[in-house]
Amino acid sequence: MIRVKNINKSFYDKKVLDDVTVSFESGKTNLVIGRSGSGKTILLKSIVGLHEVDSGEIWFDDVLFNKLDFNGKQEIRKEMGMLFQGSALFDSLTVEQNVRFPLDMFTNKSPAEKIDRVNFCLKRVDILNANQLFPAELSGGMKKRVAIARAISLNPKYLFCDEPNSGLDPITAILIDALIKELTEEYNMTTIVNTHDMNSVMEIGEKITFIDEGKICWEGTKHEILHSDCEILNDFVFANSLAKQLRSSDK
Amino acid sequence: MHELVYLGLNSVGIITVISVFMGAVITLQTIYNTENPFLPSYIVGLGCRDSIILEFSSTITALILAGKVGSNIASEIGTMRITEQIDALEMMGVNSASYLILPKIIAAVLFNPFLTLISICVGILGGWGAVILTGAMTSEDFIYGIQYAFIPYYITYSLIKTVVFAFIITTVAAFEGYYVDGGSLEVGRASTKAVVFSSILILLFNLILTQLLLS
Repeated sequence: MIRVKNINKSFYDKKVLDDVTVSFESGKTNLVIGRSGSGKTILLKSIVGLHEVDSGEIWFDDVLFNKLDFNGKQEIRKEMGMLFQGSALFDSLTVEQNVRFPLDMFTNKSPAEKIDRVNFCLKRVDILNANQLFPAELSGGMKKRVAIARAISLNPKYLFCDEPNSGLDPITAILIDALIKELTEEYNMTTIVNTHDMNSVMEIGEKITFIDEGKICWEGTKHEILHSDCEILNDFVFANSLAKQLRSSDK
Repeated sequence: MHELVYLGLNSVGIITVISVFMGAVITLQTIYNTENPFLPSYIVGLGCRDSIILEFSSTITALILAGKVGSNIASEIGTMRITEQIDALEMMGVNSASYLILPKIIAAVLFNPFLTLISICVGILGGWGAVILTGAMTSEDFIYGIQYAFIPYYITYSLIKTVVFAFIITTVAAFEGYYVDGGSLEVGRASTKAVVFSSILILLFNLILTQLLLS
């Protein structure tokens, strides 16, 4: 479980996270939704320690993560996996080397064991016969899958996904969503997914947090989100004309 | 090893080409500007050798490498920054600065002295080639000049400068790339800044080291 308590973050004079308090449950796909520039990515990067927060507490189970020293943070980070918006695969490494990278860094496994683990992870995300390809040779969906394979190669306790569907067609996006949900349940991970894709919300959203201008405005489930009284949330959820029509016909 | 090949071995070609022409031009200019019956002709070889060892091979090579290797390092690390690859490294618990930058510094500091030695040899050969091709002086006089009053410390001085310049090129370029914030335009700017700042620092440290080591 990850708990965030009263965190604040500013860049120069601009406050991007304003007294954010939220918790993310283990074994569930926790979604953070909001408009572009609402603070989702900063919240995610603050949780994983890529940005230092100005004040507040970030707890990973019973460990106060943001007060740990460098080595302490590195230890916790070995239990994290992250899927970045642009996949962030290492350009100079092949698919196999990318997935193997965390194993080379943090395990004493034999080369054969590492290859077995790499192949297992790649098979788990349905990437076959692509071990020797470079990221530039992969499609957007394949890159995301390889990035997920890399993120789960060390069996992480925590999985973070920053807009996993950006740039993907709707069918591939649903497949990626389903994969994230399956892996979360399979490994009982605490998963946080940043998205502004309402399809994702309805497909995999078990606990949803809506953030706007750096503040938590609403929390609930995918069933509750359609009947919320929060005006800003409704503007976001029913932003497109089809959703508006469905809502008016529902009324 | 990868960095040694990438930053060092891949620069041998350009260093060789530039050095051979540099040596030839220095030799011809010395010949045509010292046409004085009171000056012995072997002074051309001596002047060519000392100019190449003391200044051209270390400093000019460093300035060329600041352009080639410096821009390469800044754009590579800068692109890694804007595509979140550095964040991915940090996320995995890897010290990204140490992982990405240290091998480049070590590779350049270890390999650049060899580039300087290659440049010295090829530059002097270029000068000798110019003498033979133009017939502006005798080959024997040139070779005698090259061997005359040789001071081995000049090689040490040149190699010390090269090591310092290699450190400047890699650290300045890596710094500019590592702290890129924005998109491809900023990567381009970082690359330009890396070349400009490292070139200025090379010239500044050339002055300081010359005063320290030769005074």
